[in-house]
Amino acid sequence: MTASQIIFYILSAFILGTAVLSVTTRKIFRSAIWLLFSLIGVAGLYFWMEVEFIAAVQIVVYVGGIVVLIIFSLFLTQQSGEVMAKAPVVRKIAAALAVIFGFALTYMLVQQNGFEATGKPFDWSVEKIGNSMLGTADNGYSLPFEVVSMLLLAAMIGCIVIAMKAKPEEQQ
Amino acid sequence: MNGIPVNNILFVSIALFFIGMYGLFTRRNMITMLMSLELILNSVNINFVVFNKYLYPDKLDGLFFAIFIITIAAAEAAVAIAIIINLYRSHRSIDVETAEEMKY
Repeated sequence: MTASQIIFYILSAFILGTAVLSVTTRKIFRSAIWLLFSLIGVAGLYFWMEVEFIAAVQIVVYVGGIVVLIIFSLFLTQQSGEVMAKAPVVRKIAAALAVIFGFALTYMLVQQNGFEATGKPFDWSVEKIGNSMLGTADNGYSLPFEVVSMLLLAAMIGCIVIAMKAKPEEQQ
Repeated sequence: MNGIPVNNILFVSIALFFIGMYGLFTRRNMITMLMSLELILNSVNINFVVFNKYLYPDKLDGLFFAIFIITIAAAEAAVAIAIIINLYRSHRSIDVETAEEMKY
């Protein structure tokens, strides 16, 4: 077993273990922290695959943005030390069965398909990504780029409108 | 190739997807459901990057899809949290069972 394989197995165990803890713990703040570790593990997996750009984006957007947003909203809406109510046993069993069967079926499909790596080196660079992201020729992604920028603008305005407090009546 | 077959990496992403599904099924708190959703989106991202790196190494489309999914996940989380905070103001609770008036 090479060091690369050992690192992969450690990373996978880390990702899956923290993800399981994140969906099963009953303290909501701990759940957010386990989610943070799981996302960092996924970023580590991208580093292991030598796709450093996606790993950096993952850390910046997920770990630095989304988890911090989730933790802030927890502080705004919950007592952080509070223990959540237990899910009913029937629901837990049904969910576990559905999940296990779904996992088994999906993994069986993947096994039967037998994906084989081509073994060619993966040549990406930030320069290629940038040229292709704003390119209008073949393999250019400038139209989705613009659409996503419109979506971000709409989401920003929507968030402000939704979360804005209604004006008190006497001010009008 | 690092000595790891593609199937093992796909195993991780599929397991992460179904862990997220389990959270979505059992949790009744909106913020924890949102966290499970983030796990699911992450597993999809791993899939895109793996397929791009190992099966189509001369293309970049998987990376673009991963980047766009990350962007949309960020926007979606922001909108969801705005809605949750607004709901908490009016209902004093973020449990999905208490937010059922919209059904009628």
